[in-house]
Amino acid sequence: MLGYYAAIAAHNLRRNKALAMLMVLVIGLGIGASMTMITVFHVLSGDPLPGRSGQLYAPLIDPRPLAHDRAEQAIPDGNFTWPDAMNLLHAARADRQAAMAGGAVPVRPAQAGGLPFYETGHYVTADFFTMFGTPFTAGGGWSAQDDEQRARVVVLDRELSRQLFGDASAVGRSVRLKDTDFRVVGVLDGWHPQPQFYAQIDSRAFGRTDQFFLPLSTALDLKLDFSGRFACWGDSGDTRDSDHCSWLQFWVQLDSAAKAGAYREFLAGYWREQQAHGRFPRPVDAQLYGLMDWLAHEHAIPDDLRLQLALALGFLGVCMLNVMGLLLATFLRRGGEISVRRALGARRRDVFLQLGIEASVIGLAGGLLGLAIACLGLWTVRQRPDGYAQLAQMDGAMLLQTFVLAIVASVLAGLLPAWRACRIPPALQLKTQ
Amino acid sequence: MPHSPLLASLTRHKLTVLLMVLQVAFTCAIVCNAAAIIGHRLVQMRQPSGVAEDAVVMLESISVDDREDPLVRHQADLAALRGLAGVQAAAGVDALPFNGYNWSNGIATEPKGQPRLTATAFNGTPGELATLGLRLVAGRDFLPEEYLPIDTAHDWNGINHVPSTIVTRALAERLFPGQDPLGKLIYPGDGPVRIVGVVDHLLRPVLDESGGSEYATLFPLLPDDGGINYILRTAPQDRERVLKQAAETLTRLDGNRVLRHPRTFSQLRSDYFRRDRTMIGLLLAAALGLLLVTSAGIAGLASFWVQQRRRAIGVRRAVGATRRDILRYFQAENALIVTGGILAGAVLAYALNLLLMTHYALQRLPWFYLPVGAALLWLLGQLAVLGPARRASAVPPVVATRSG
Repeated sequence: MLGYYAAIAAHNLRRNKALAMLMVLVIGLGIGASMTMITVFHVLSGDPLPGRSGQLYAPLIDPRPLAHDRAEQAIPDGNFTWPDAMNLLHAARADRQAAMAGGAVPVRPAQAGGLPFYETGHYVTADFFTMFGTPFTAGGGWSAQDDEQRARVVVLDRELSRQLFGDASAVGRSVRLKDTDFRVVGVLDGWHPQPQFYAQIDSRAFGRTDQFFLPLSTALDLKLDFSGRFACWGDSGDTRDSDHCSWLQFWVQLDSAAKAGAYREFLAGYWREQQAHGRFPRPVDAQLYGLMDWLAHEHAIPDDLRLQLALALGFLGVCMLNVMGLLLATFLRRGGEISVRRALGARRRDVFLQLGIEASVIGLAGGLLGLAIACLGLWTVRQRPDGYAQLAQMDGAMLLQTFVLAIVASVLAGLLPAWRACRIPPALQLKTQ
Repeated sequence: MPHSPLLASLTRHKLTVLLMVLQVAFTCAIVCNAAAIIGHRLVQMRQPSGVAEDAVVMLESISVDDREDPLVRHQADLAALRGLAGVQAAAGVDALPFNGYNWSNGIATEPKGQPRLTATAFNGTPGELATLGLRLVAGRDFLPEEYLPIDTAHDWNGINHVPSTIVTRALAERLFPGQDPLGKLIYPGDGPVRIVGVVDHLLRPVLDESGGSEYATLFPLLPDDGGINYILRTAPQDRERVLKQAAETLTRLDGNRVLRHPRTFSQLRSDYFRRDRTMIGLLLAAALGLLLVTSAGIAGLASFWVQQRRRAIGVRRAVGATRRDILRYFQAENALIVTGGILAGAVLAYALNLLLMTHYALQRLPWFYLPVGAALLWLLGQLAVLGPARRASAVPPVVATRSG
């Protein structure tokens, strides 16, 4: 029966070629545009650290003075001052915790005559590697004692290691960063979570990669270059270690919900304790964000992309209205044929099914076209210079989803017209013929 | 022409008409908002930076050697750069419009006062104004004896001792409305700083939406850490050559440094607005696509109705309607549907605008977008219906006598 309906559908579409092509094109454009943006969103909202993200949290406290102007940013930016980060680090109330900041240093190649080049990396504390489960190809991280002693040690990424030492093992060798020799203690196996969740989230959160990691205390000691926002308030000196300049990120690992609850309590307690010392004048409002919540809170996916998604979905909506109107017109045009079928004993259900299949045939064709358009769309997204561009790839799941969306969209668009058409009373239509 | 048969016919196709009206309404709402976003971004992209943009090139130099005095290094570099053929002026600076290096200070207008706003500090060596081509509208450039180091090593302490500043006109008008800003004191750090000059325009390194894009202060503070941006003034046609020679010269003077981001100011601006250009392109494509789809829908439906009503048209012709009447009939029908869509679309457009304002910090929809969008849709509708309507008017009266 279904095959027969499909044959009828094909026949009817052929009878109105131009209109059928218009509907396929319109559905295809709508599906193509929205699938492009849905795919981009799908890949960008993925978990940067699968398996671990559930235990990772970003605490949020606000050491700033009371706002005296409504225009001032109401929400804290999530950065920590040096004393607060060190207090939380040494309190060690979480299963693991680390403070960190981004930076860039000139690297001097080992061989004579090579020109120095700039690399970006992170200055972190010892727990960073175990907490985030970074994969090492050789060696490992450093100890809390190294942090205390401001040890000149560094963990390199595979890429930088190869650039400096070729295929030979880098562990134990020395690399000159800015003006200081560092001992390589570990090499990472190309660990580049996307987005770079542990850094300050900005428009470059996607696509950024770290090539080296070295102790935060060492970086501060050597006055290496930091990158990112450095915000100060009040009017005594603006130094990296002052208690009125925020610039560090802080992450904790908490293995259970109960521990997360306890840590939230601890943060609120810390806030009150600081208030007793005359700091943290704002009302106590300590927060603890899970990793994925943090990314949402910080708008890791650029707002422009959200707008583009909304635009694409709006476009699809208009396309569906368009196809709905055209389908309705074609179905009603065939009122005579339908009423004859009804008079010959076809139930409403049969008419509905037949017209629904006709709508689905259009949807399927539109879906195929939409897929082609989506591939084209993703290709143009990949041509963008933004960091997320290279992630915009169609995968199996998205391929399937494209078809599901196409079918659902066209069935939805066909539903109303088919329902309206199957209510055509048999007798009346025959009379008017 | 009496409209009663028109309305009667439309009420026979209630659902179809409703779908059409909805489609026009959504198209109208989305297109108006898309156009408003495009307009807003274009305004941002066209802001004058104050810099002689087609005559400035730059490159960043970061010294690796900590032991040498950066001030001496910068002076030697600049002397060599000024010697290059085609270089009219050269200076070393930290911040530039669009370069993202934003050192903002709270600006108070009385000692120990509450900061009234934040403004970007632009610091540089003598010759910064001339090299960038900033236009002084009042006062003077800095005097040689006013320059002192930023003192990066001691938490940028120079800001607390700097004697003078040149501010933008926008900042002067905000801090001292209706007064002569020259000679007034501001407090970006601990100590008072006297305003000695006012420049016409200077955009901050990062633009913001709140209207403070030109809150900028220039200080006679010398960059004194390893990193510095060298800016060179040259004739537009010499820019590429000068950039190449500058890089070679600097490497020859001292290879122990990293040279980054050699580019013209035009490239800097173009890079800064890359995302906006992408967005404008997409919005344009979406708006055009919507208009196209909607006019195709209108044309499709109209030609369908013409086919369906051939007999009725024939009957009307037979009883005395002219071809013109038939043409008018379909045009009026279309006008009625599109007008309904536009009215609903106006409401939708403002609803959508409110939604966008809360979620994306977009501007209120300027009023003129709606009438322009409505007129455009109305014209497109008439254009789309013209073909089918002419076909309808060509239906001969004799059709009435045929069956089916």
